[in-house]
Amino acid sequence: MADDTHDIPAPKPMIEVENLTKLYGSRPAIRDVSFTVGRGEIVGFLGPNGAGKSTTMRILAGFLAATGGTVRVAGHDVADASREVRRRVGFMPENNPLHSDMRVREYLKFRARLKGLGRQASRNRVDEVIEQFDLTDAARQMIGELSKGYRQRVGLADALVHEPAVIILDEPTIGLDPHQVRTVRQCIKQLAENHTVLISSHILPEVEVTCTKLMIFHEGRVVAADTPANLELKLGGQQRITVELEAEPDVLETAWEEMAEVEHHRITPAEGRFQRCRLTPRDGMDLRPEIAALARTRGWPLRELTRDRHTLEDIFVHLTRKDED
Amino acid sequence: MGTFITLTRRELAGHFLSFRGYVILAGVQFLLGLSLLLIVDALNNQPFDLPITEKFPSTGLFWLVLLLVTPVITMRTFAREKSTGTFETLMTTPVSDLQVVLAKFSGAFGFYLLTFLPMAAFPFILKHYAAVFPEVDAGPVASTFLGIALIGSFFMALGCFASSLTRSQIVAAMASFTLGTGIFMVGLLGEISPPTDTPLYAALRYISVLEHMKDFSSGIIDSRHIVFYLSLTAVFLFLTCQTIGSRRWK
Repeated sequence: MADDTHDIPAPKPMIEVENLTKLYGSRPAIRDVSFTVGRGEIVGFLGPNGAGKSTTMRILAGFLAATGGTVRVAGHDVADASREVRRRVGFMPENNPLHSDMRVREYLKFRARLKGLGRQASRNRVDEVIEQFDLTDAARQMIGELSKGYRQRVGLADALVHEPAVIILDEPTIGLDPHQVRTVRQCIKQLAENHTVLISSHILPEVEVTCTKLMIFHEGRVVAADTPANLELKLGGQQRITVELEAEPDVLETAWEEMAEVEHHRITPAEGRFQRCRLTPRDGMDLRPEIAALARTRGWPLRELTRDRHTLEDIFVHLTRKDED
Repeated sequence: MGTFITLTRRELAGHFLSFRGYVILAGVQFLLGLSLLLIVDALNNQPFDLPITEKFPSTGLFWLVLLLVTPVITMRTFAREKSTGTFETLMTTPVSDLQVVLAKFSGAFGFYLLTFLPMAAFPFILKHYAAVFPEVDAGPVASTFLGIALIGSFFMALGCFASSLTRSQIVAAMASFTLGTGIFMVGLLGEISPPTDTPLYAALRYISVLEHMKDFSSGIIDSRHIVFYLSLTAVFLFLTCQTIGSRRWK
């Protein structure tokens, strides 16, 4: 058994990933991904399906080997010291696979033993995680008979049973109802107090509220990595303006073209004689006062003038869109 | 070691936690019971002074068990875990590939041996009911069981290898059935072809599972046979290790 406490210099990041590349045949699943995760951070991997989130997680958990690049978890290289890494990582794969023919306590004990805990230690830890995830009622039930929410909690309990420094959860809330999602989210938040957590999701509100840092994956690359707040700020430049005016479309057309600050515009008819215009300002300028002034001087009745408030959802869609429209 | 025992226990328990396990047990008991019946019948027709165990492989039912049942026992080992995804949770714990392969093999092999356990009572049943029956000779009985175990270990390793190649249990079973039957047929070829002095014939006899079992059942323990099965088992377990390690190839 390796020493768990004295081999990690304190200021080093928990996870260091450098130029990570994984090819499946000749098709790259991830390309040149680099990032670091500090102790106690909750990092959210976001991206559409097939963006490389799961592959990255599988490499971090020591299940797959990378084609290129290095990964260090708690100072251990995933390729050279895979078992050392696996000892320190609690991994819950996509869809949370469990042995349906085992009972909850039996399964957790089995897993604890596999993860190197002794007989007594595993018994104690299993009792603790059963308590922690509120599984006492289900402890003697067959896993195959559990509801999805319970199964998810069993998966989380398993990921945590050996007290890993890093917890990697691949889509932990997929397929759960909103109430269960809230429970699982609560669990994850609690974990952050003592662990470094990586979660992946394509549900934004999920990671928006739980994560301290977001990494957006697209086609095997990390296209953005920052705190949720910073990401919103950074992409503020894309905020569009919606105006509804009563005027002839061709008049509006020329008006927007003459306005230098408008980078892009689109006019669609609205009910009545109103036209709905979507304007993209240059450099994220707020054009509302100019537009209001213009409508007043031209005498166009104005019934709506709003500026999009960018949510993470927009950022996500923007970054992962295949082609600009 | 602790990990290996934990895994093996889980594997063995897995066979008893499924309906399939009991179907296998029932099927094997039926076939073995039938072979007992055939032996009794043979004894009725013409009493002979050879070890009674020698009759056992010649009823053919043992081969049916070996060829049909071993793929069904081993098909779940890796394919099932791969299809349910638990293979991923298993391999991300600090276990080594070798531990996993050996545990899966041991679990399947243990279950295989258990299905033959009731057969140990056969000599005593015969002795109890036969009017005139010579002493049960422990030697040939033991060597017959050794033969069953050795040939079984080879077929188990073969089945584990087939199961490690795919995520479909059906494909795994078909692959190991095909490989196993192929090996059996090669032996059969040696059996039915007229004896010659050619090296090919010698080779056929050397790898004939029928020939080996004939020796084991008549009380002959030939070290060449033991080496043959142990090394083949090792080769297929090594190949299994390579297959499950292949996900880490770059």
